[in-house]
Amino acid sequence: MPAPARVSALPVSEPPVIELRGVRAGYDGRTVIDDVDLTVRRGELIALVGANGAGKSTLLKIIVGLLRPYEGSVNVLGSAPGASARRLAYLPQAETVHWDYPLRVEDVVLMGRVAHAAPGRGPSSSDRSAARTALGRVEAGDLARRPIQALSGGQRQRVLLARTLASDPELMLLDEPATGVDPTTEEHLMAILAELAANGRTILVATHDLAGVMAHFPRVLAMNGGIVADGDASILRDDAILRRTYGGHRTASPQLVADEHHA
Amino acid sequence: MPDVLEPLQYAFVQRALLAAVLVALVCASVGVFVVLRGLAFLGDAIAHAAFPGVVIAFLMKINIVIGGSIAAVVSALAIGAVARRSGLKEDTAIGVVFSGMFAVGIVLFSSIRTYTGDLLGVLFGDVLGVAADQLVIAGLTAAVVLLMLGLVWRPLVFVSFDPIGAAAAGLNTLRYDTLLLGLIGLAIAVSVQIVGVVLVVAMLVTPAATARLLAQDLRALVVTALVVAVGSSIAGIWLSYYVNAASGGTIVLVATAIFGLVWTGRSVMRSRVAAR
Repeated sequence: MPAPARVSALPVSEPPVIELRGVRAGYDGRTVIDDVDLTVRRGELIALVGANGAGKSTLLKIIVGLLRPYEGSVNVLGSAPGASARRLAYLPQAETVHWDYPLRVEDVVLMGRVAHAAPGRGPSSSDRSAARTALGRVEAGDLARRPIQALSGGQRQRVLLARTLASDPELMLLDEPATGVDPTTEEHLMAILAELAANGRTILVATHDLAGVMAHFPRVLAMNGGIVADGDASILRDDAILRRTYGGHRTASPQLVADEHHA
Repeated sequence: MPDVLEPLQYAFVQRALLAAVLVALVCASVGVFVVLRGLAFLGDAIAHAAFPGVVIAFLMKINIVIGGSIAAVVSALAIGAVARRSGLKEDTAIGVVFSGMFAVGIVLFSSIRTYTGDLLGVLFGDVLGVAADQLVIAGLTAAVVLLMLGLVWRPLVFVSFDPIGAAAAGLNTLRYDTLLLGLIGLAIAVSVQIVGVVLVVAMLVTPAATARLLAQDLRALVVTALVVAVGSSIAGIWLSYYVNAASGGTIVLVATAIFGLVWTGRSVMRSRVAAR
């Protein structure tokens, strides 16, 4: 009998894109996530769900190389985290970015190409065309010359997503890209991510949008101080898993949450 | 009506103008990052911390710009290190390091009984006393600062705008932050002779702050800051020649007046738009 295979994943013989073993991590000696084992293969589209403080951002930061775990091993794109920075793109939570800077949208998107550029060089024509393509991809081409101070929350998220796309990464790590985005745009963003994953990109997304997860994500990590459950989106219908993920915070079924969301 | 070009016939005025323009170019470009990142207090602190270096250079009879540069860069890096390693807030680290350095300068300064006129120039600026060799050193320093800034401009903007995203993209943010501190230190050191320790922060902050009121993008920000800085330097020196006042003070007064005019003008425009 053949082993059950994940639809989006490529042959198991290929080395994993991300491999974490026995990872414990946090900030200032405090443990946020513990005992984390995770294997991610190329082309997977994975949602990280859980309450605020559950460790979604912490897990992403470990993979990016921004946070060193207290213990455990981490391998990303075949090397130590941080060593393959140019092959991955990270979208930080929008509030960590200085939106009051006098920059235009295209300037921000072009930052996705800075790490690849020679010192002292301005953006090349291929940088500019990559930025234009990325903006078009998130349907924000008309915003290119707009000062970023004038953007709405949803537009900001699209600009940051375009920046991650502009570097043409193999691995994308997105920390709440749908915050402040209206449901139509969010639906669109999720569709874009699904398409990128289908083309072989590996994508991890921290999100609070359970309805979007149910609709678009083949694999879900439910987090609460570590990985509580790892499976397909049906785990979000499991009351026991939901209780372990959200504690007493969320007793309603996700379907109810989904209806609320699209109301 | 005085002849506008009359001061130009004197070599010391020509040197003063050249030095002031160099300082304006350096300070306005570095100042763009000082203003964007909210480092005005740090800039003021580094300027004060440069003082003991100047006094020591004076006592050792070496060029005071060299002494000031070393002290400024050392204190800039020390502030960064104290803030990172002590767990104290950065403004606390700044307060400790700069007042300690300034105290060293004052103790040394007060122990010198003769020729303090030269050192008073360091406190309040003496652009009209710029010697040819000082001008050469200022020119070289300015070239180094502008070249470095040009080389790291894009990553430095990225690191300032989105430090987490920049680190994730593989940029060494600590290295760029340290480089910026070093450039601020150098910019201050070349400016001390012109505007003096007490007012040097204005050269860093005021032109860039004026530009910040007007600019929608970085190019406009830089160009506006440069125009305001060079304009106030030339106008300030010209003014100081006629009213026989300290050049540093007049330069900063002109820059502050331009800021005030722009701010008022913008407020009036906005209230008109709002009233429509």
